[in-house]
Amino acid sequence: MKLYEYLAKEVLGKAGVPIPPGRLVDTPDDAREAVAAIGPAALKAQVLVGGRGKAGGIKFAATPEEAPAVAAQILGMDLKGYTVERLYAEGKLDIERELYVSVTTDRGAKKPLVMASSEGGVEIEDVDDAAIVRRHVDPRVGVMPYFGKEMAYDLGLDGSLAREFGALVEKLYGVYQQYDAELVEINPLAVAGGHLVAADARLNIDDSALYRHQELPRVDEGTPIELKVRDLGLAFVELDGDIAIMANGAGMAMATLDAVQHFGGRPKNFLDAGGGASVEPTAEALGVLVSMNPRVIFVNIFGGITRCDDVAKAILQVRESRGIPVPLVVRLVGTNEQAGVALLAQAGISAYSEMAQAAQEAVRLAEEGR
Amino acid sequence: MAIMLNRHHKILVQGMTGNQGQFHTRQMRAYGANVVGGISPGKGGSEVEGVPVFNAVRDAVRETGADASIVFVPAPYAKDAAFEALENGIRLLVMIPEHVPVQDSIAIVTRAEDLEATVIGPNTFGIISPGEGTKMGIMPNHIYQPGPVGVVARSGTLSYEIAFALTNAGLGQSTVLGMGGDPVVGQTFISVLHHFKRDPDTRAVVMVGEIGGRAEEEASLYLKELGKPVVAYLAGRASPPGKRMGHAGAIIERGVGTLESKEKALTAAGARVVTMPWQVADAVREVLG
Repeated sequence: MKLYEYLAKEVLGKAGVPIPPGRLVDTPDDAREAVAAIGPAALKAQVLVGGRGKAGGIKFAATPEEAPAVAAQILGMDLKGYTVERLYAEGKLDIERELYVSVTTDRGAKKPLVMASSEGGVEIEDVDDAAIVRRHVDPRVGVMPYFGKEMAYDLGLDGSLAREFGALVEKLYGVYQQYDAELVEINPLAVAGGHLVAADARLNIDDSALYRHQELPRVDEGTPIELKVRDLGLAFVELDGDIAIMANGAGMAMATLDAVQHFGGRPKNFLDAGGGASVEPTAEALGVLVSMNPRVIFVNIFGGITRCDDVAKAILQVRESRGIPVPLVVRLVGTNEQAGVALLAQAGISAYSEMAQAAQEAVRLAEEGR
Repeated sequence: MAIMLNRHHKILVQGMTGNQGQFHTRQMRAYGANVVGGISPGKGGSEVEGVPVFNAVRDAVRETGADASIVFVPAPYAKDAAFEALENGIRLLVMIPEHVPVQDSIAIVTRAEDLEATVIGPNTFGIISPGEGTKMGIMPNHIYQPGPVGVVARSGTLSYEIAFALTNAGLGQSTVLGMGGDPVVGQTFISVLHHFKRDPDTRAVVMVGEIGGRAEEEASLYLKELGKPVVAYLAGRASPPGKRMGHAGAIIERGVGTLESKEKALTAAGARVVTMPWQVADAVREVLG
């Protein structure tokens, strides 16, 4: 789960990370009050995408009088597909230098990783590798001030800035641990008035750990249909094609998308009905696909723990209860295959045993329907 | 022969009295696995499928001499279960649950490393060694047969698809191992390939990968040392960046984790990379010569 900048700053501020004064702004009038209270400010769109500045989502207001007009320019605008509903007014910084620092998980090393760079203000993946200092954290030991201080020296910082950097990294690692973060990132980390201050911040939380973070508000990200299907507990991603796809297991679902694309078709979604789904959840998932009005529905099941007869029952249940108004291609193999195929055959649906043939047929039917 | 798991392992099932625990205890025993005990706090003294249930791993290890354990408890309790097993001498640990917090997984694999224990998962289908007639996992029993092909996969059902195709082509398996679909898991492709290298009965290896992370790129650096032919199939060609594709670990983030990068690295390292799952069996037959 990604947190909005203002929420990330709230968490970081609580942890003792230096942040500029700021306020949430919902309307142009709020902007006037905010600037009156904190002085010249940056008005920043609160959306979950990077590169807001370049896209016109960050503008400055020098006085309370001009703040409403500036806010009105950003509020409601479309920023990379997100509508801006809220702004964060933040005291303008006189930035002398921009640095970068983050704590994340290095999947390969299976350890936390602290990254820092003297070139802040751009996405870290665009920074030359030589300008990045990386240091793994031994999770048995954690992070103490010396850890970040040494990194600061490697970046060419010294004196009080190096000391501040050491204290900062310790706090960021604390946030990473305490909030089960996937990413704690300050970019740019500004040097202003001779001190470090977090000019922008990202905080992404591990979805699997949300159950133990009731203190955090929930931030939903996704299209309306994505949110609806995830509420059913299914992994779902909306795509822009016309062949709706259901498979069991994440890898199989990805491979099914690939197969459809391989034969020239366009997947409309990714849907993992689960590695061991029974009749009801499978029927619910299929119902979602029907509601998306695709040209074709392609169900690809390798029955392991999932039983093919359960999948067949789910298909028949959906057909009886709400109807399946588009061509349906079913590939069904594995556990209880014969029973499943027989159930479908009685209802006039023939099932494929080969994934390649089934994918090819789904693509052919979609082309026919175009 | 096989890797990591053999017929001599004495296996515990943590969370044996739950639905999943009972079902898979039955399946594992039907396959021949030596399941010696189950753990279910408060249910010590009872039996599941004729196997004794204990209140604690400590008691089960003392009574049965168990050295391996498979964990079926819900994700929030997985860390506790894993540490209970490791601290009581279990040295082969299979973690089935999905949605284990990443920081819990880091703690588990770090402790396992210190104890020189082997952790498979979390979010894995487990491990099966057909020639040994044993398994610790949730995979269907009937799709495997003994043979010379080692399989290491990041995804369950996709590995079933491929193992079954191998079996139907007369190409049996030495061991099939699921690394797990999470960002942080006990095994890397390299650690598993290292085992396959030392197993004389494994003559070729199939890697089943997917988008996300750099595990395949890192593995490519090991292929020369492996010295055995590798067929790789990776899923996620049609997956958009920035979206989590079912597995917590299957996401292209900030340019890292793309299929192109992985296929390029593996191809350059001499692996036979195929683009569709149904091409794997033929490619294996070719590399085996």
